[in-house]
Amino acid sequence: MNLARTTATARRVLAQLRHDPRTIALLLVVPCLLLTLLRFMYDGQPQAFDRVGAALLGIFPLLVMFLVTSVAMLRERTTGTLERLLTMPLGKLDLLLGYALAFGVVALVQAALASALTLGLLGLDVAGPTWLLFAVALGDGLLGMALGLLVSAFAATEFQAVQFLPAVILPQLLLCGLFVPRDSMASGLRGLSDVLPLSYAVDAMSRITTTAGTGGPLLRDLAVIAGSALLALALGAATLRRRTA
Amino acid sequence: MMNSLAGEPPAIRVTALNVLRGGRSVLHDLALEVPRGSITGLLGPSGCGKTTLLRAIVGVQRTASGQVEVLGLPAGTAGLRHRVGYVTQAPSVYGDLSVLENLRYFATVLGAPKGDPERVVAAVGLAGHEHDLAARLSGGQRARVSLAAALLGRPELLILDEPTVGLDPVLRQDLWRLFRDLADHGSTLLVSSHVMDEASRCDRLLLMREGRLLADDTPAELLRRTGAADVDSAFLTLVAGRTEAVA
Repeated sequence: MNLARTTATARRVLAQLRHDPRTIALLLVVPCLLLTLLRFMYDGQPQAFDRVGAALLGIFPLLVMFLVTSVAMLRERTTGTLERLLTMPLGKLDLLLGYALAFGVVALVQAALASALTLGLLGLDVAGPTWLLFAVALGDGLLGMALGLLVSAFAATEFQAVQFLPAVILPQLLLCGLFVPRDSMASGLRGLSDVLPLSYAVDAMSRITTTAGTGGPLLRDLAVIAGSALLALALGAATLRRRTA
Repeated sequence: MMNSLAGEPPAIRVTALNVLRGGRSVLHDLALEVPRGSITGLLGPSGCGKTTLLRAIVGVQRTASGQVEVLGLPAGTAGLRHRVGYVTQAPSVYGDLSVLENLRYFATVLGAPKGDPERVVAAVGLAGHEHDLAARLSGGQRARVSLAAALLGRPELLILDEPTVGLDPVLRQDLWRLFRDLADHGSTLLVSSHVMDEASRCDRLLLMREGRLLADDTPAELLRRTGAADVDSAFLTLVAGRTEAVA
């Protein structure tokens, strides 16, 4: 790993985004609009908004980073720039961490905007410390990035890459406890939801909103999120082959 | 000029190289050498295996058997990654970055000296386009950005896959002058083309057909041996001769 090459890669990814202001606007504004919509849907049911709003604060970074990364990495593969980079003295880790750094910044800005809006204007009640909310949002963003990176290896076209969203993320969304509490699921489904990382992202967000302080379960959730992100990143790195058929 | 210092390995040495793609043999028992400080043309019809051979030399092609040695090291070794420049057939640059942003990024990755991006922009005749987005350039201009990226850090070996396709004659002339200048300063160039008339600009020629080497010679010797007036007819003579030999 080389710091100059990693930061150069992060700067390059951010420069690409900068040339695409519409994507930046969509990245930052859409979650805020949806949260606002949600607030009015649950007008008069503040408890329900607390529960669903908190879950969504964890889901948005994962969702958005998943999409952005899978398409960005697919473009690297199909335009030949990935092959060019792999013939250069760039480590796979330099590339992956460069992406992580750049999209991590985006995830943080997005989380800052969404949570400032939700906590401030929309009146979501959070019992735990705000900085933890950011930590979880960042972890979720990085997890989404790592998953996107991994699935991009299995997509040959951008159509396929986009289809991985319903294939990989939707099942996690259905089982994460947003629609049916995880405790009241049939045991098979509960087991499935236990091995899907998004469940922990949503659990962590719910814990921060309902309990003060930093408990053990919350740290465990964070550890699971970080571990899943690292695992997906390692698997993604294994799909970056210098030699191809 | 052709032969490098005694004892120094050739720029490229390929022995008994076999490559399979999708179960089909693409390169059969290929053997060749490319001397240092020269321009070698790799000529042959589309689909004959030129790109596969170039990819094997750069070290991104999975091979079935055989050896590919580059500058005395096995192809694709980490130590070669800043000594070999590679230009793919389709321009591989970021369309959503400007010319200079592309080159600055690749320069950092390569550890090229400061000011190198500006130097290579001028070398490929793109001065004045530094701040244009690569996606907004014409196909020929984008190809030259891709070429410029390969020139960063002054690599000892340049592998160019059809670098002059779609360029007007004046530009092609300029680029060949640049290639000659690089070779005169000690770089080795391997340039593929399916345009036979570029053959006369090379020091040596490799003629390929259906994954086999038809000839490995200087242009003059190739014409003398086949009694042909140009490389196109020399190619046809060689194909006819081989078919007879087989029959």
